[in-house]
Amino acid sequence: MRHIIAVLLENEAGALSRVAGLFSARGYNIESLTVAPTDDPTLSRMTLVTTGHDDVVEQIKKQLNKLIDTVKLLDLSEGPHIEREMMLIKVRAERADREELKRLTEIFRAKIIDVTDTSYVIELTGASKKLDAFIDAVPEGLIVEVVRSGPTGIARGEKGLSV
Amino acid sequence: MTVTGAQTETVAPRRPDRRGVELSGAEIVVQALVDEGVEFVFGYPGGAVLHIYDALFREETVKHILVRHEQGATHAADGYARATGKCGVCLVTSGPGATNAVTGIATAFMDSIPMVILTGQVPTPVIGSDAFQEVDTVGITRPCVKHNFLVKDVRDLATTIRKAFYIATTGRPGPVVVDIPKDVTDPNIKIPYDEPGEITLRSYHPVIKGHPGQIRRAVDLLRQAKRPIFYTGGGVVLGDASEQLTELVRATGFPITSTLMGLGAFPMTDPQFIGMLGMHGTYEANMAMHETDVLIAIGARFDDRVTGKIEHFCPHAQIIHVDVDPSSISKTVKVHVPIVGQVGNVLAEMLKLYRQQVPAGTGTPLTDWWAQIAEWRARDCLAYDRNSAAIKPQFAVETLYKVTSGDLYLTSDVGQHQMFAAQFYPFDKPRRWINSGGLGTMGFGLPAAMGVQLAFPDAQVACISGEASILMCIQELATCLQYGLPLKIILLNNGYMGMVRQWQEFFYESRYSHSYVDALPDFVKLAESFGHVGMRVDRPADLEAAMNEAFAMRDRLVFMDVIVDPTENVYPMIAAGKGQHEMHLAPSHADRELA
Ligand SMILES: Cc1cc2nc3c(=O)[nH]c(=O)nc-3n(C[C@H](O)[C@H](O)[C@H](O)COP(=O)(O)OP(=O)(O)OC[C@H]3O[C@@H](n4cnc5c(N)ncnc54)[C@H](O)[C@@H]3O)c2cc1C
Ligand SMILES: Cc1ncc(C[n+]2csc(CCOP(=O)(O)OP(=O)(O)O)c2C)c(N)n1
Ligand SMILES: [Mg+2]
Repeated sequence: MRHIIAVLLENEAGALSRVAGLFSARGYNIESLTVAPTDDPTLSRMTLVTTGHDDVVEQIKKQLNKLIDTVKLLDLSEGPHIEREMMLIKVRAERADREELKRLTEIFRAKIIDVTDTSYVIELTGASKKLDAFIDAVPEGLIVEVVRSGPTGIARGEKGLSV
Repeated sequence: MTVTGAQTETVAPRRPDRRGVELSGAEIVVQALVDEGVEFVFGYPGGAVLHIYDALFREETVKHILVRHEQGATHAADGYARATGKCGVCLVTSGPGATNAVTGIATAFMDSIPMVILTGQVPTPVIGSDAFQEVDTVGITRPCVKHNFLVKDVRDLATTIRKAFYIATTGRPGPVVVDIPKDVTDPNIKIPYDEPGEITLRSYHPVIKGHPGQIRRAVDLLRQAKRPIFYTGGGVVLGDASEQLTELVRATGFPITSTLMGLGAFPMTDPQFIGMLGMHGTYEANMAMHETDVLIAIGARFDDRVTGKIEHFCPHAQIIHVDVDPSSISKTVKVHVPIVGQVGNVLAEMLKLYRQQVPAGTGTPLTDWWAQIAEWRARDCLAYDRNSAAIKPQFAVETLYKVTSGDLYLTSDVGQHQMFAAQFYPFDKPRRWINSGGLGTMGFGLPAAMGVQLAFPDAQVACISGEASILMCIQELATCLQYGLPLKIILLNNGYMGMVRQWQEFFYESRYSHSYVDALPDFVKLAESFGHVGMRVDRPADLEAAMNEAFAMRDRLVFMDVIVDPTENVYPMIAAGKGQHEMHLAPSHADRELA
C-alpha cells in the first residue's frame, strides 16, 4: 500500500542523508521525498511517500523514529489528510495548440506562468493524481519538460504535528 | 527524559573543579572525559588529534592505552564495555585512523555495545577539499553507528561529548562517533569551560517501563502455557537484568535457552537451562523451540542464525517479545504480545504479577513437557570422541573450564573455536562471555581481552582463538607487554579456517578452496619475540597440566598453541535455509568407532 509519512527532523547538517541512507541501506522503497525548514528554523519537515506491505511500512516508521534526529513522525495515510504536489510543466505551444493548452489550464485550474512564441510553462498544484491526469491530457508530443515537487501533506482537523 | 552523563553519578570528581576556567578545545575533550568518569581511552595518535594528545600528556585521571592498530583500540574499548557495562572510549586520528576503526565500530554496533569514538578531522576550513588524511568520517560511519556528530565550533564540544555518552549508553546502547576537526582543538583558542548539565533531547526518549496491559497479557499466557520456553538474548546482559531473569525463570519452572549473546545471563549449569539455540545450538533447545506453545523472547532479536527458515520457526507458538527497541519487535517474526521497555523493569513487573496470580508451589509442574525435553536431551547432541589421540577442541574447552573453575572472563575470535567455547564452557554469570556475534569479526578476541583485563586486573582473562583469527590483530601482543596484561591466549590450532572448511566439507563436496592457512608462524616463538611466554601442547594427556601451569603465571601473558584435530566439526548444525528442527547431528559416537 502507498503511505505518505510526515517527519519533523532536527534541522541539522546530515539529517537528510540519514534518512536517505536508511532507505537505501535497508532496501526500502521511496517514491518521493521533500524537505524544507519550518517556521521554527531548528526543525525541518519532510514528507515521504513509500509503498510496501504493512509490516514493511511498520518497520520503515520504526526505523525512521529510531533516528536520533527524528523529533516526530506521523503516517498521514492513517487518517483524513490533504496532499498537494506542485508541478511545473513546459509544453510546446505553437499557434495551433495554444488554445487547447489554455483550455486545459483552465479546466485544471492551473496557471500559465511563462510564455514565448512557441512555449508555455504551466504551474499546477494538486493531488498527485490530478497532476498525472494533466500530463495525460496534454496532447501527444507537446511536453518538453516536467518537474514535480513530490507530494507534501498535512492532516485534516485542528491538531498539528509540532513539538 | 532527563539523565545526567552516564557515569557521572558514581564517580566523584577526582581533580580540582575546572568550571569557569579557560580551556582550549583539546583540554575540553580531556576534561569532558574526566567528567564522564572515563577510566581508559584506547587510542592511536596522528596529525589531526595532536592537540588532544598534547592535552593528554601526563594526564592521570584518564589513562590512555596505546594500541598498535586502531581496530585494536575499538575492540579493546568494546571488550571493556562488555565486561563492565560502562561506555568504552576510543581516540583515533583522521583518515586512515578513522577508517581502521570502522570494523570495530561496526562490530560494536551489531551487538549494541555502548562506545564513544572520538575521531580527528582535518581543520574546518579545508573540509571537502580532499585535504591530507581527510575522509568523510561522519558519512562512512553513518550506517554503523547509533549516531554521529561533527563538531564545528569549540563552544559545542563539551555538550556534544556529553550527548554522545548519553546516547551511547541509554535505550538500546550503541557506538557514537564524535568527529573533531583539528582547529576546534586549537590550543590557542580558549573559552571558559562549563560542565554541561543534564542532557535532554527532544528527539530521543528511550522507553523504560513496559505497558502494564501488555505485561498482564504476557502473564496470562505464562499461566496457560503447556510447553513454554524462555528465549533470552544479549539484551538481558546489556540491561543488567540477570537477577530479574533468574528469579522469573525459577519462579515459573520453565525451560530456558539463550542466544550466543545472552550466555551467562541465566546460570548455564542450572538444570532449567537447556543450552544455546540456533545454528549450532543444542538439539533439545531447537526442538523445544519448534514444539513450544508459548515463547517468551527477552532481549533477543530473532536473528537468522537463530530462526533458521522463518516459515518453520516456532510454528505452534504464541510469542511474547520484550525489547527496548521497537524496531526489533516483529522485524522478522510477527509476535503476539510486544512489550517495549527495559528488560529489568519489565521482568520485575512480570514476576510481581506472576507471583500474585500463581503463589509459590501452585504452578503446573509441566511434567509432560519436561519429560519430552529429557528425551531430547538424552540424544546427547554434544557428544564427541573422548578417546581421540588428537586433542579434540571440545576437550580443550572442557579442560579450560576445569582449570579455571568456571571463573573466567573469556573473549573469543570467530570460527569453530567460538562455537566450541559457547557449547562447552558453561558461564554462570553475565558479562563473562565476550564475543562478536552480529558482525562475526575475526580479530576481535585479543584486543577485547585487553580491555577486559584492564578493567579487572586481578581476574583471570583468556582469549580463545583460531590460528587464522589471531593473526588479524596479532600486533596487540605488543600492547599487552607495554601494559603488563597477563592474558591467556588459548589458540585452538587446527591448521584450517575451520568454520569455512566445515561449510566446504558439507556444501561444496570437500573442496577446501583457500581455507587452509599455509605458512603459519611458529606461535611459540612469535609470542616469545613479543616478550611473552609461549607453549605448545599436542597431546590430550598433557593439556590440563599445561593449562594449570599457564594460569599459574599470574603476571605473564601465556600464548598456548594447542594443536587440535584438524577435521573436527561443530555439531549440531542447522544448514542455512533449513528449519530449526532440521538439525545435522554428529555421526554418533558408536558409528565413529566402527568407521
Ligand atoms: C560463527 C557464528 C555462529 C553463530 N551461531 C549462532 C548460534 O548458533 N546461535 C545463536 O544464538 N547465535 C549465533 N551467532 C550469533 C548471531 O549472529 C547473533 O549475533 C545473535 O544470535 C544475536 O543475539 P541476540 O538475539 O541475543 O541479539 P543481540 O544482538 O544481543 O541484541 C540484543 C537485543 O536486545 C535488545 N536490548 C538491548 N538492551 C536492552 C535492554 N536494556 N532491555 C531490553 N532489550 C534490550 C536490543 O534492542 C536487541 O534487540 C553466531 C555468530 C557467529 C559469528
Ligand atoms: C574479518 C573476517 N573475515 C572473514 C571471516 C569469515 N570467517 C568466519 S570463520 C573463518 C575462519 C576462522 O578460522 P580460525 O580462526 O582458524 O578458527 P577455526 O574456525 O579454525 O576455529 C572465516 C574466514 C570473518 N568472520 N571475519
Ligand atoms: Mg583454525
